[in-house]
Amino acid sequence: MIGASAGGLAALRVLLGALDLRFAWPLVTVMHIAEPDISGLVSLLGRTSVLPVREAHSGEALAAGVWLAPGNYHLLIERDAKFALSVDARVAHARPSIDVLFESAADSFAARVIGVVLSGANDDGARGLAAIRAAGGLALVQDPDSAEEPTMPRAALQRCGADAILTPALLAARLQHEFDSCQTRKR
Amino acid sequence: MARREDIELDLFIGALKRRYGYDFSDYAQASLRRRVLGLVSHYQLANISQLTEKLLHDEAALPDIIAQLSVPVSEMFRDPEVFATLRSEVFPVLASYPLINIWQAGCARGEEVYSLAILLHEAGLYERTQIYATDMSPRALEAAREGIVPARELRQYAEHYRRAGGQHTLSDYFHARYGHLKLDDSLRRNVVFAAHNLATDGPFCEAQLILCRNVLIYFRSSLQRRAVALFAESLVRGGWLCLGTKESLRFSDETGSFTLVDAASALYRRSGAPLPLSTPAAKPHAAS
Repeated sequence: MIGASAGGLAALRVLLGALDLRFAWPLVTVMHIAEPDISGLVSLLGRTSVLPVREAHSGEALAAGVWLAPGNYHLLIERDAKFALSVDARVAHARPSIDVLFESAADSFAARVIGVVLSGANDDGARGLAAIRAAGGLALVQDPDSAEEPTMPRAALQRCGADAILTPALLAARLQHEFDSCQTRKR
Repeated sequence: MARREDIELDLFIGALKRRYGYDFSDYAQASLRRRVLGLVSHYQLANISQLTEKLLHDEAALPDIIAQLSVPVSEMFRDPEVFATLRSEVFPVLASYPLINIWQAGCARGEEVYSLAILLHEAGLYERTQIYATDMSPRALEAAREGIVPARELRQYAEHYRRAGGQHTLSDYFHARYGHLKLDDSLRRNVVFAAHNLATDGPFCEAQLILCRNVLIYFRSSLQRRAVALFAESLVRGGWLCLGTKESLRFSDETGSFTLVDAASALYRRSGAPLPLSTPAAKPHAAS
């Protein structure tokens, strides 16, 4: 589960560009943007992402690839691994809200969630990352020094700390490492 | 071992259904859980069990609880392009009917109904239209009946109105009242606000157009299918169904009752496919 805001696009592009094609875990992303239509963002990210980038639809099953929350809707993860949407009130002025996504993922998948907080000028994602950590999931935060806007990563760190604080390229490496070791364990 | 909060949520939903007849058991769980926890926080309670206690022992809290669990406040002309599409694609067809029935399901505080009323009026269709605006929340209906919007929203609404193809000035349709804007009576005359619950109630009208925007996203797929079947039964052949822009009938139109007309506006048309024999029977109760 990835949360990004101001300055997060650059971080996200690096991260998505550094993953392996074999990375089969869904990358669900909330990006704070102004317009309701995210098709521009989808194609922009798609250009440099190794994995396919799509908008998440209500009722659709999570699958490998990058999924983006639609504009002006909250995105949630159900226990049956499907996407759900909501137009409930903004949370900390945000809709989609990173906290809403992270908290629903933590509730639905507990220790099987990895939360990633990237650059941003607010504190969305801090509570959500704390929920992921509390449920036994992995918390990764972009190194504030590498972030265009360090506020969001700092807020997350202040709230609940992290399992690792990394630059976007190293975040990708860490995700890849988690995925690869999980595959190895399975054999 | 089942999670305590899961058990508490089930018990709360059970209490709501058994005591008051509101059935949330088929709602999408993630958003419902969030709303229930929001209520726990709102009342400064420690857990959902305490909310259940409040629900059962403080009946006066029910309307507020239902209000928080149902469709939230919307905006006027939300997704203006959709209203523009309704004007250009649907209204001309509506014009061919001597009498028009429109059902707006999940009217919340009325923003969408007023938007519709204004556009119908500008298209010269309002006089022969009857709008049924339904919601399951008594609070929402009360507010909707007032015909009030907050004055601070006017600028945003006026912008939406313009993009929806509004021909005049939005504020012309309202009277200023202590920080609120009240919709002109002439535009509320042909609107009936009534309690109706998509989870439990049946058809009550035959409409040419049904709007149900950003309501189905809160339902599990089985309840979505129920609602869609209900809409199919409530529409004339060739009638229109308009959902929220990010909604679709992909997972809920089992009988092929609808054809997609405009994906961006989530606009569908009732096809000729007959319905299966068993359909919901109970009638809604119109609130006075």
